[in-house]
Amino acid sequence: MNDYHGSAAGPSSGSGDGSAPRRNSKRPKYSKFTQQELPACKPILTPRWVISVLTLVGVVFVPIGVASLMASNNVVEIVDRYDAKCIPGNMSSDKVGYIQDDTIDKSCIRTLTVPKDMDQPIYVYYQLDNFYQNHRRYVKSRNDAQLRDSEQADKTSGCDPEKNARDGSPIVPCGLIAWSLFNDTYSFALSGKILTVNKKDISWKSDRDHKFGKDVFPRNFQNGTLKGGATLNPNIPLSDQEDLIVWMRTAALPTFRKLYGRIEQDLKANDTITVTLKNNYNTYSFNGKKKLVLSTSSWLGGKNDFIGIAYLTVGGLCFFLATAFTVVYLVKPRKLGDPSYLSWNRNPSGH
Amino acid sequence: MSRGREFLPLVSSEREEREGEREEGANKTSILPSLSLCLLSSCVSLLLVEEIIPAHTLPVADLTVLGLREVGIFDGLAQRFHSCCAGLKRKLKWGLMGPRLGKRDRLRWSHLYTFACARSTALVDDEQSSLLGPGFSRIVHCNQSQLHRKPPLNYCNNYISTTRYNAITFIPKALFEQFRRVANIYFLLAAILSLTPISPFSPLSMIAPLSFVVGLSMAKEAMEDWRRFMQDMKVNRRRVCIHKGEGNFGNKQWQDIRVGDVVKVEKDQFFPADLLLLSSSYEDGICYVETMNLDGETNLKVKRSLEVTLTMEDDTAFKDFTATIKCEDPNPSLYTFVGNFEYERQVYVLDPSQILLRDSKLRNTSYVYGVVIFTGHESKVMQNSTESPSKRSRIEQKMDSIIYILFTVLVLISLISSIGFAVMTKYKMPNWWFLQPFNTTSLYDPSRPAVSGVFHLVTALILYGYLIPISLYVSIEVVKVLQATFINQDILMYDEEIGKPARARTSNLNEELGQVDTILSDKTGTLTCNQMDFLKCSIAGISYGVRASEVEMAAAKQIASEADDPENVIHDHWEDNVGAYGSSGIELVNGITCMVEKTQKPAIKGFSFEDDRLMHGNWRNEPTASTILLFFRILALCHSAIPELNEKTGDLTYEAESPDEAAFLVAAREFGFEFYKRTQSSVFIRERYSSSEKPVEREFKILNLLEFNSKRKRMSVVVRDESGQIILLCKGADSIILDRLSKNGRMYEIDTTKHLNEYGEAGLRTLALSYRVLDESEYSAWNNEFQKAKTAIGPDREAQVERVSDMMEKDLILVGATAVEDKLQKGVPQCIDKLAQAGLKIWVLTGDKIETAINIGYACSLLRQGMKQISLSIANTDLITQDANKAAKENLKLQLTNASQMIKLEKDPYAAFSLIIDGKTLTYALEDDLKNQFLSLAVDCASVICCRVSPKQKALVTRLVKEGTGKVTLGIGDGANDVGMIQEADIGVGISGVEGMQAVMASDFSISQFRFLERLLVVHGHWCYKRIASMICYFFYKNIAFGLTIFYFEAYTGFSGQAIYDDWYMILFNVVLTSLPVISLGVFDQDVPSDVCLQFPALYQQGPKNLFFGWPRIIGWMFNGLYSSIIIYFINIAIFYLAAFRSDGQTADMAAIGATMFTSIIWVVNVQIILIINHFTWIQHLLVWGSVVAWYIFLFAYGMASPTISGDAYQLLQEALGSAPIYWIVTILVIFACNIPYLAHISFKRMFTPLDHHVIQEIKHFKLDEVDQHMWKREKSKARQKTKIGFTARVDATIRQLKGKLHRKVSSLTIQTMF
Repeated sequence: MNDYHGSAAGPSSGSGDGSAPRRNSKRPKYSKFTQQELPACKPILTPRWVISVLTLVGVVFVPIGVASLMASNNVVEIVDRYDAKCIPGNMSSDKVGYIQDDTIDKSCIRTLTVPKDMDQPIYVYYQLDNFYQNHRRYVKSRNDAQLRDSEQADKTSGCDPEKNARDGSPIVPCGLIAWSLFNDTYSFALSGKILTVNKKDISWKSDRDHKFGKDVFPRNFQNGTLKGGATLNPNIPLSDQEDLIVWMRTAALPTFRKLYGRIEQDLKANDTITVTLKNNYNTYSFNGKKKLVLSTSSWLGGKNDFIGIAYLTVGGLCFFLATAFTVVYLVKPRKLGDPSYLSWNRNPSGH
Repeated sequence: MSRGREFLPLVSSEREEREGEREEGANKTSILPSLSLCLLSSCVSLLLVEEIIPAHTLPVADLTVLGLREVGIFDGLAQRFHSCCAGLKRKLKWGLMGPRLGKRDRLRWSHLYTFACARSTALVDDEQSSLLGPGFSRIVHCNQSQLHRKPPLNYCNNYISTTRYNAITFIPKALFEQFRRVANIYFLLAAILSLTPISPFSPLSMIAPLSFVVGLSMAKEAMEDWRRFMQDMKVNRRRVCIHKGEGNFGNKQWQDIRVGDVVKVEKDQFFPADLLLLSSSYEDGICYVETMNLDGETNLKVKRSLEVTLTMEDDTAFKDFTATIKCEDPNPSLYTFVGNFEYERQVYVLDPSQILLRDSKLRNTSYVYGVVIFTGHESKVMQNSTESPSKRSRIEQKMDSIIYILFTVLVLISLISSIGFAVMTKYKMPNWWFLQPFNTTSLYDPSRPAVSGVFHLVTALILYGYLIPISLYVSIEVVKVLQATFINQDILMYDEEIGKPARARTSNLNEELGQVDTILSDKTGTLTCNQMDFLKCSIAGISYGVRASEVEMAAAKQIASEADDPENVIHDHWEDNVGAYGSSGIELVNGITCMVEKTQKPAIKGFSFEDDRLMHGNWRNEPTASTILLFFRILALCHSAIPELNEKTGDLTYEAESPDEAAFLVAAREFGFEFYKRTQSSVFIRERYSSSEKPVEREFKILNLLEFNSKRKRMSVVVRDESGQIILLCKGADSIILDRLSKNGRMYEIDTTKHLNEYGEAGLRTLALSYRVLDESEYSAWNNEFQKAKTAIGPDREAQVERVSDMMEKDLILVGATAVEDKLQKGVPQCIDKLAQAGLKIWVLTGDKIETAINIGYACSLLRQGMKQISLSIANTDLITQDANKAAKENLKLQLTNASQMIKLEKDPYAAFSLIIDGKTLTYALEDDLKNQFLSLAVDCASVICCRVSPKQKALVTRLVKEGTGKVTLGIGDGANDVGMIQEADIGVGISGVEGMQAVMASDFSISQFRFLERLLVVHGHWCYKRIASMICYFFYKNIAFGLTIFYFEAYTGFSGQAIYDDWYMILFNVVLTSLPVISLGVFDQDVPSDVCLQFPALYQQGPKNLFFGWPRIIGWMFNGLYSSIIIYFINIAIFYLAAFRSDGQTADMAAIGATMFTSIIWVVNVQIILIINHFTWIQHLLVWGSVVAWYIFLFAYGMASPTISGDAYQLLQEALGSAPIYWIVTILVIFACNIPYLAHISFKRMFTPLDHHVIQEIKHFKLDEVDQHMWKREKSKARQKTKIGFTARVDATIRQLKGKLHRKVSSLTIQTMF
């Protein structure tokens, strides 16, 4: 049957030679590509292959998971929620009133105990909660051109509603993000001795070099009727206002940490750190928590067990599947390419 | 089985007598001789008109009142005289003017015609008799086409256009077409809205992809329309000879022809418009027309001019010719025409026999003159053509419903999102001082949350638009165009002889090719070449002819191949006993191989007979030589063909009206009985092997010719041979002839019947030949009666003639039988067999006669001996009354019920039924109340043959199957009569043979040979189906996986409509980063190589069963998308949202998380596609890995761009992500977490419930097919679908039969031994 097929479908060359030249112009040109005969690799999923892949994945993933967990475990993290604690008892019923009252001194002292030895650098973060830095209205409310170039200071498109000062001159930096700049400050002391917080280089270098101009100075900032967050020193160019630069990197989720600075000094276990903080930033309106975080870092970054757990889970799953496959395969093997599995052999009656 | 299928479409037309070349040359300058000749010829014609014409002095009007248009003999003598005189006058004039053009043939043979009828030269003495009222308003001023260039008679010109657009309408119409797609409308709205602040994206990111997508689709439309335009132009620019005034004719393009023009059409040309035949090269104004393009009938039809015009037989006659035609308005009815012809102040009635329709072809006639009545789109054939419908494949239709589902999901999550947003805005936002909630626009107005919610709904609808793959349509379009290119480029579907490759004319049905359930095929030109080969004969009870028919060859081969199969124990068993059968099969196989070599040499067309006993004069040594001689003489004499000398080669060709007849004449010539001349009354035969060594030329006087018609199923001639003996020679359907044998004429009956059965089973068309010797008195008595009958007037004339003919055609003596092979096109039976094995049903719809169709059914193995034939027919009811209709319908209903009952009660699992129905019955069967019953019966039958169906009925049957079964139908045909079917079927395939282009123009695919259908369906169809199916599934998967992450993130932004990804990522996602791998899947993937597709036709059934695009699979993919989106989003978020992601302590912002998440997505979807692709060439590798790499390159380059462009993504990869191990670790984690479950799923399925192609892949992979060739062979044969048609079925049936016999024999043997 195959034979006659071949002759039926094959190019019947030889005939019609007489008028060949003109006609042959329509003859498709033979190439492996046009005839869909390119050499190809046709991998198939053999049980051996599947089991090996799964095992291999398991073998690779579990160590990574373990390494990640270890890295995460080596990170020492101190988290201190202070938003509620820093409100004087008499104001606890009117937190918003407290925070909005400029006349009250917002200083607050917190004491932290170091649980384990912390090697420098120790990163200081502030963590906000319920703060929608990712809200579309918020995210869009900035103008990169203005931040970058002093010539383009009046480019304030997109910065609504923090666009212009009352006299119509542009606000630099404009927009809600800058306007709502976080303004709690922290100072640390270890047994009376001040721990310096290095606030240099907490932002991305590319931001400092290319996105925030060295000759762009804050103008008309926080001069409006509504006071937002921090004010900026109008004499320092934006490229040096690293808190702003960090802040302008909007966070993805309403709970986020941002780098405040580095303590470049080792801390020992059971050291007590006194934090003097200015609790200026209003998170009370929206019940946002404020936390101060001190953390060391590993090669993977901060403390994060999830990645290790996830790796172990996936690796475990792979092992499990590999085992399951092996077992099932041993119990009920199918010879590869066994024709009895072809549909016409399995149910010969009903095609 | 009824044996009514073995007769030929013989002659059914008038014949003309030839006369010598009287007027040629000799008397060129002399007026007088030419005058005298004219006189002579006119008088001769007068005398020869009819034998005895009693002066029919009936008033003309009476006849017309009676409506007897077919009253042929009504040529009033006076009128005849009148026209002759007119002719004479004219000839006189031409004689004076110079030489006449030569006439090829002379005619006037009416006395031989039995059924010669119908020259309707009825005169209408006043005009009121017809043609009043609406619908009959057309007036044509012949030869005055200038009158038709201005109102009110400004009819359309002959330009035809089948294009969809023109230069002006293209943009609006094509745009409209594009935006008929819901998804495109949605994207258009989104693009418009993106110009407002509602949009979550920049306008560019919405408009760019849309214009890309729409622009590409429109470019494709434009290309396709351009091709149609070029086709039209080719037709419009064909040239025809047209009267340019003053008796001069010149060439003009078809498109410039106007109504009223006189045109001259030459032999084998197509008529450029609907013409009124004025005169032809035959002196009595007849011409032969092939209407294959109109109705698919292959026998030639005779058209006759009006008596008054037939004398206008050369160019100069038209100098001053004027006449007026009043006729019906343009209409699509091919077989009717009503009109009057006013000429020289007389009015003549016109009927369809004077009308030459556009796209039919002039045959056997050197030229005709005609006047144009209907042009261009007003011509009947164009009126018949319907706008080609735009077809969409089922997969695409299903895709639409998936898109609707996704729209629903989209709306749903948009609603969730906007409600969420409204709630957030109302209750939470007032507290979010950092948003300055009281200083805001209505988009974020906490005091009017409902309004903001509504605005947000729009935003969300745009935002989640990524669920709807904008690039899906365009990707599919690109894929299909590339697939179509592969179809076009397939060298195995290129026909060397015709020089045409296969063409996918519309590319949107590629995948439908893989799902075909029923093939509706035309016969002539599609299955057969309409060429007859004389193959075998049975003379005096001995069968001659050793060459096997195609069916026999294949059957032999099959048996031979099964004979080597050791697995088949039972087979072996009978093999020993019935060894003779098996070995003869093998012998045949060997015979075939050498025969194949032989046929390489230029064979004689129409003659494939091989038997040395008869060839080269050897028949004289046969014991029955005298009968053989008679047999050959019948072949050479009993016909109505005209020999034509080919001047170049000196060979004779025969212009017969059916190819069968030509085959007989060729056969007779090869046997040594060359028919070389025909005159008015004689047939001349050159006998090569007579008693003397030299060829003898013999003359046989033809006394009468009793013509063929489908009722009589026979034709006879009465001849007087040189010795004066009168013999009646008769050939006809065997059943008819056998009934009419005399007692002593049945000598060979038993053997001949056996042979006839064998021939029939071998798929050959058979005819029985017989003769009868008449004595003079008997003949003259009969002849008198016959002439009386012939000249009788009235509607019963034909019946009378028939009755008289009947009297003569009895007491015949059987001589033998012929077997002619209706040459199937190359590879047709094999192809049908393969298609049947692939589980396809094949219906044959033909305009041809029932017998012809049945013959072909046998030849293609659609029918076979032992199959139970159900013939549906209703008695001829001449009365077209309500009652008769009703009765016919009742009758049909009963037949249908009986047949269904019969099938239901059938116990034998091997029983196969075939259904044969003719066009007339079909009209009833297709009526609303019967059609379902008819369909269910037809579906139960293994093969269905519809004969005598009109083009419209073809379309209706197609629609019935398509709508009734809900399965995919494929219509295949080559002629204009198949256009309806081709357009109606889900897929229309046109055979681009040598004939007209109508079918091809209407088709979706064109191939040059029927046999390529196998490759088109089983290879390309199968691949395209799988490719498109997995491509679409994957597309939805990938967009769900991506789109949902946008949604999740939005939920974390207070439903504010913020996306985590940069706009650019999102543009690129669909357009660049993930589209190429999926295109490579759609274009290049192959589950099994093409040869395996062909070897395992059962694999094709995966398409019709829709294993790869069923809802479970689609929903499975959607869930896979959902799963992936969840994994991708939450793993990334959980890892990045809070803690520092680098050892430098930085935390991730939105840009970093977005880029990481996007990296994960790119990886996940690309790894996913690797798990889908079966077939990796360098292209797949390049595209898949290239996409992944392209993403990194893009991210890098984007980071290098100015921060005003890249924003937060500035130097993202370089500075933040690239050096963070966690970025890479997360990517790896997500890839595996997303794809391991899928991998486990497919491995599990494959291991325990493998599909056929899985097993075959494994066999091929481990080269088991080479190691265990037996297994491979066995599986190949098992893979055939259980089929009841095709060779295989026939062979199986034969084997079963033999086994049955053997079993009986064995059991009887055992019984004997017991005794």
